Amino acid sequence: MSPKTLYDKIWDAHVADESDDGTCLLYIDRHLVHEVTSPQAFEGLRMTGRTVRAPDKTIAVPDHNVPTTLDRANAETMTEDSRIQVDALDKNAKDFGIHYYPVSDVRQGIVHIVGPEQGWTLPGMTVVCGDSHTATHGAFGALAHGIGTSEVEHVLATQTLIQKKSKNMKVEITGKLNPGVTAKDITMSVIGKTGTAGGTGYVIEYCGDAITDLSMEGRMTVCNMAIEGGARAGIIAPDATTYAYCKGRPHAPKGAQWDKAQAWWETLFSDDDAHWDLVVTMKAEDIAPSVTWGTSPEDVLPIDGVVPAPESFTGGKVDAVKRALDYMGLTAGQKLTDIEIDTVFIGSCTNGRIEDLRAAAAILKGKKVKDGMRAMVVPGSGLVRAQAEEEGLADIFKDAGFEWRMAGCSMCLAMNPDQLAEGERCASTSNRNFEGRQGYKGRTHLVSPAMAAAAAITGKLTDVRDMM
Amino acid sequence: MEKFSTLSGIAAPMPLVNIDTDMIIPKMFLKTIKRSGLGGNLFDEMRFDRQGNEIADFVLNKPAYREASVLVAGDNFGCGSSREHAPWAIADFGIRCVISTSFADIFYSNCFKNGILPIVLPQDQRDALMKDAEKGANARIEIDLVAQTVTSSDGDVYTFEVDSFKKHCLMNGLDDIGLTMEKVASIDTYEVQLSAERPWV
Repeated sequence: MSPKTLYDKIWDAHVADESDDGTCLLYIDRHLVHEVTSPQAFEGLRMTGRTVRAPDKTIAVPDHNVPTTLDRANAETMTEDSRIQVDALDKNAKDFGIHYYPVSDVRQGIVHIVGPEQGWTLPGMTVVCGDSHTATHGAFGALAHGIGTSEVEHVLATQTLIQKKSKNMKVEITGKLNPGVTAKDITMSVIGKTGTAGGTGYVIEYCGDAITDLSMEGRMTVCNMAIEGGARAGIIAPDATTYAYCKGRPHAPKGAQWDKAQAWWETLFSDDDAHWDLVVTMKAEDIAPSVTWGTSPEDVLPIDGVVPAPESFTGGKVDAVKRALDYMGLTAGQKLTDIEIDTVFIGSCTNGRIEDLRAAAAILKGKKVKDGMRAMVVPGSGLVRAQAEEEGLADIFKDAGFEWRMAGCSMCLAMNPDQLAEGERCASTSNRNFEGRQGYKGRTHLVSPAMAAAAAITGKLTDVRDMM
Repeated sequence: MEKFSTLSGIAAPMPLVNIDTDMIIPKMFLKTIKRSGLGGNLFDEMRFDRQGNEIADFVLNKPAYREASVLVAGDNFGCGSSREHAPWAIADFGIRCVISTSFADIFYSNCFKNGILPIVLPQDQRDALMKDAEKGANARIEIDLVAQTVTSSDGDVYTFEVDSFKKHCLMNGLDDIGLTMEKVASIDTYEVQLSAERPWV
């Protein structure tokens, strides 16, 4: 048998049909659904008289639109168009008999946090969702990626996707991370090196000691931003850390089924002599706490850097950087640590899990948010929120002057009332610093949770290592 | 889905790299439960000021490009969110073809589901077509999906690659789900095998 990568193995296990030209029907094990990219797909099913083929493999939760204020049970907190989308998901979940976590359920949260938390996401699975950050689930050794609404309809109707295989890319992070450096810094540094189109056409497998040393939550942060590097998916081989996370989750297998599952999962790794189309290697020791300065996730630098000059780039990037500096209100040569921040946002599918909140709280404990700043924490799910309250993290945030919110996507994409005002500058633990992403003319600097906490205290982008 | 075979039209130049789907259709327009009517908000924050007035120097507001049916774009077009609202808005505006050196994966797939042909060309050829597009309304670009060629207004012909299955579906306006339904027996067989081998799924 020829040697295979992890991606090859999962792919091969899911091909339900293959045409002569290599076009495959890939079977989908888990289909996650949220309110923004699904209404047209369900409408399509109704118009054609089709049903959901595998409702037991389909899981829905509203997250993008939902307000995160404490009074959100009051319908008035939602705009009418948002309410229509959430109501549509309520109705579609009921009509088609799929698993559903409504806004009122404590398990509600960001779909990519709820899936793993409830044990829906398991190693070796194919996981799709009408959302690019589906890449998150790759942390489990699952082949997970975003799809468009037409494909959502296709998966609902057939439980398959029409796919051609991507190429294999290995991103190896050797060595050990230094203190103050996190999974977020790894994933941003990789994009800084490869660019936002560097992964186009590939599935990335992240490996190396610095990756296997990460917790499941850290691995989810790494894979979450594979899409920002242009990859179809990011994936990490399952190991003891993975099994320990999954075991006992509500929808994980139990007893003999667990043993059978784990026996298969243990075969899911890239063979020693597997073929890689592209290999990128970085040393963990070379990675510093990182921050974005521009309007693309590839515009990333270590926190002790300076804003680059457009002339230091080539091709179309020169004009893009001029535009980005103008948009961001920055000057070439300016020290990143001199950039003053108005707002701090901690949350999102990238960094809205319990370990993220712990990391931020460790920096904030006994400190205060700088006067005049706005700071909010939006836990990734109701269960993360409950756990943070139990551990006393919520009190640390509140005492420091953070708003303590309900679960949802919140200011990561600002489809809800949580938005930046024009010119407002935010240190954000989310994943995209695009123009207007967090609000019209809002300015986003992507950072880790610990770096976001540090910025909240000083009012500037800050090297968290100076506060440890 | 609307069929696509040939197209002759005005190409609008958008040389900016990394044009993301948040730029193509900002999030406030994702609150629709329909697929139609998004063309008026295509590139909304680049095209209109906060009062809804057109920004004169944005390419699609210039008289020469208001009827554009092709975009010639900077590298990595369509990156970011998976929102199919992006191709819905592009198609609704009347653009049926986007030419770049590279496209984000999900956006690229989404185009084919909506009668839009995304064409990948090497940088020098894309740059030549960008210059061509900059000439304005008199410079019409011709696309032939059957022959897989782009012809510039000066008659330069560039060939492009496209997946044969995607080409077939686009040329015939085929519904993917209908095609897959014809293979339902394979899916049935797979599911039987799955429940034996990986019953926890």
